[in-house]
Amino acid sequence: MATITLKLNNKSHTIDADPKMPLLWAIRDLVGLTGTKYGCGIAQCGACTVHLEGKPVRSCSIPVLVAANKNVTTIEGLSSENSDVVQRAWILEQVPQCGYCQSGQIMAASALLKSKPNPSDKDIDMAMQGHICRCGTYPRIRKAIKKAAQLMAQK
Amino acid sequence: METTDRNLSRRNFIKISGLTGTALTLGIGFSASGKDMAIVRASSAETTSIEVNAWISIDTQGKVTIVNHRSEMGQGSFQSVPQMIAEELEVSLDQVNIVFAPGNGRKYGSQVTGGSSTIRGSYQKLLRLGASARHMLVETAAKRWGVAAGDCYAENGEVIHKASGKKLNYGDLVAEAAKLEPPKEVTLKNPKDYKIIRKPLPRKDTPIKVNGKAIFGLDFKLPGMLFAVVERSPRFQGKVVKFDDSETRKVPGVKFVLKVNRDEFDNMREGVAVVATNTWAAIQGRKVLKVDWDDSAFLHHNSEELYAKMRELVKGDPISFRTMGNTAKTFAKAEKKVEATYETPYESHSCMEPLNCVANVTDDKCEIWGPIQGPDWIQQNICGHLKLPPEKVIVNMTFLGGGFGRKAFTDYPYEAVMISKEIKAPVQVVWTREDDMTIGPFRPGMVYQCKGVVTEGGRIGSFETKISGQNMDLQNPGADKSAYNSSDTEGFLEGYFNSIPHYSFGDSPLDSPVPVMWWRSVYASTNAFAFESFLDELAVKAEKDPLDFRRQHLGERYQLLIDKLETVSNWKARKRNEGLPAEASAKVGYGVAITECFSSIVGEVVKVSKDSEGKIKIEKVWAVMDCGWYVNPDIIKAQIEGSIIMALGAATKHETTFNDGKAVERNFDSYKMPRIQDTPEIEVHIMDNEEKAGGVGEPALPPFTPALTNAIFDLTGKRIRKLPFSLDAIE
Ligand code: FES
Ligand code: FES
Repeated sequence: MATITLKLNNKSHTIDADPKMPLLWAIRDLVGLTGTKYGCGIAQCGACTVHLEGKPVRSCSIPVLVAANKNVTTIEGLSSENSDVVQRAWILEQVPQCGYCQSGQIMAASALLKSKPNPSDKDIDMAMQGHICRCGTYPRIRKAIKKAAQLMAQK
Repeated sequence: METTDRNLSRRNFIKISGLTGTALTLGIGFSASGKDMAIVRASSAETTSIEVNAWISIDTQGKVTIVNHRSEMGQGSFQSVPQMIAEELEVSLDQVNIVFAPGNGRKYGSQVTGGSSTIRGSYQKLLRLGASARHMLVETAAKRWGVAAGDCYAENGEVIHKASGKKLNYGDLVAEAAKLEPPKEVTLKNPKDYKIIRKPLPRKDTPIKVNGKAIFGLDFKLPGMLFAVVERSPRFQGKVVKFDDSETRKVPGVKFVLKVNRDEFDNMREGVAVVATNTWAAIQGRKVLKVDWDDSAFLHHNSEELYAKMRELVKGDPISFRTMGNTAKTFAKAEKKVEATYETPYESHSCMEPLNCVANVTDDKCEIWGPIQGPDWIQQNICGHLKLPPEKVIVNMTFLGGGFGRKAFTDYPYEAVMISKEIKAPVQVVWTREDDMTIGPFRPGMVYQCKGVVTEGGRIGSFETKISGQNMDLQNPGADKSAYNSSDTEGFLEGYFNSIPHYSFGDSPLDSPVPVMWWRSVYASTNAFAFESFLDELAVKAEKDPLDFRRQHLGERYQLLIDKLETVSNWKARKRNEGLPAEASAKVGYGVAITECFSSIVGEVVKVSKDSEGKIKIEKVWAVMDCGWYVNPDIIKAQIEGSIIMALGAATKHETTFNDGKAVERNFDSYKMPRIQDTPEIEVHIMDNEEKAGGVGEPALPPFTPALTNAIFDLTGKRIRKLPFSLDAIE
């Protein structure tokens, strides 16, 4: 066990954890933020995606120690009142069905749009192919990413 | 006891809806026979001998609360139930609050969210409920103004007097309206006048599903709650001989290790639970747990053996379900005939949210929270096992991260309850993805032997299907194994039974220890592949256009759907190479399939092309759904898109296989899912008519796969008769 400081959504949390515990479980069970989801535990589904220093990572496959003292952003940190452009686009396009995969999808889309404000279909495929949606919301995810790009351009 | 239960329910209801002041609370009452229905006031519901179904309430602020008695697993009941009531009540959706109801079959009727039944099972009741409240409010306002009720109307949460334009808010009227007897007869709105129904209104649960606030089962926490994972027998019916937890107990955070049972179709299955202060510690503790299993009492199949057995079984005499004429004789003496065998795989539900459940058993009661499709079933099951009356077993629904049939099952809540009871603490049982994928129950795989005859005139002379596979109803101890399976025809259009002179559907059930259960669209998810592929084979034999071939056997409602499908997909003008670069040696193929499932008819056309490397690409899918009366076209569209993509996975990506009595595919690295880049363009159309409401969440799944394989046949001449297949490997 080790005492670890996590910087989650600009807030510091000191936790006592097995340093090998995946960041996912530290965020969910120890800090208590449940927007980040468990889907596979082996970096196959993307449900657990968070930003580590601005880059999308699979929190199920990163030991919590690796994230210590670094900036981690979860879905709750994107914006809690849905003011973020990706969240707005997701609402406009009515993307979620069950909604379980959507935190991960939105975090991935948000990282994509930061590096490519006007992504092509290929860019979208590349950035989103690691994310499973069992409800099959893929057509709307694609539309919502394009919508978010439009909204960003209008700003 | 009856009265106690109702009083308690009433108290619960007021507690959860947080009403302000006096409220008008209406429910649907059923007579004991279940045949009559009346709108009743909550107060009268307590004192007379009627059961009360879904409730609406209006408080003195004009706020409307509706109890959703069904679960929300993505299919949209959270939106469509209030959308129906708000229409007849004449309130805008912003004025409506919706809460989930706890499991209570005595109060709400069936709460099992299955069979695409939320709307089709209750829409007329819900509309009448809204209309009754509206009538009572209008009458109250009219009385207060001293005018005739017919001179007033309701709009946007207010009653308005036509002549003077005077207005009164529902909140001002509700206390008085609540004293009226609900009307015996109500007039429902003409669909032409709908303002909310039929509109693609945004879902009320979307905002909390894009910012992490929606609470799924796995997100639900209680103070002092512990976390458990369970090592369950990797072969389906293994019993625990002994276990060694000496290493497990050394893992920091591990609190308890205990044997636990799971109720699987009334059979007790065994496991060893590791309970810890967090999920990860429990998983770590389980890794070093050693369990000896006794697997001697049942067969350890592999997939080849299961399918070899099914192929044998279809040759024998089936238990007949539905027959007409004499298919054997017709086939024997026919000139033009076709015979084919189709095979479908076992599948895992693999909801994105793995199974989980929170239970808290205390000395005098048991409370459960989780992603649950059948809260009333679970309540019944736990009451039976714990010998508790229903009011002591409270089953609460969270949002479900997918359900697809798996979460209607009672095993996982039962297991959580047993652990909590034993350790005397609230506990969350978490199934890892590997548990979720390997323990089952699974969608059963099937083998179909089809024999058909084409007449001189190019019609179907005879249609015979023998099915082999596991019958989901035969798993409980003491089940009658000679009973026919009434799902043998699921997926087949009812219309064909009126026009095919000789038909026969029957099954020879396979006996296997693999647990099986409903999977989105149930038997139709596998039957349709056989039926609609075989119809295509018959159309080829008859040398007829596949749409015309179907059309000539079907009545008007089907014909309208076929006409629509033909128009939107530009079927008649479909040409090779259309829209593709001339230099490509690629061609295109078109396939169609039409199926019926949970009272809705869906036709789909798939267009495919082939690239220079021989890979098949799905260019486009057109879907036309006739679900009769419907509520929200955008939710329907989403359900059709999702159904098609789920079918695409089962057709071309994944299957569960077995080796040595264990499921082989354990996670998404081997059980491959369709991804965003695999998703074709999907165009959706909904038929407008006033037929009874049909299901929406499942019926678009069955036709996709046969439409795809029929299109591949059209393009390549290769008939695919076994699923799954790879789009990359068609010669
Ligand atoms: S849970 Fe991390 S990728 Fe699936
Ligand atoms: S919305 Fe259900 S898994 Fe994506």
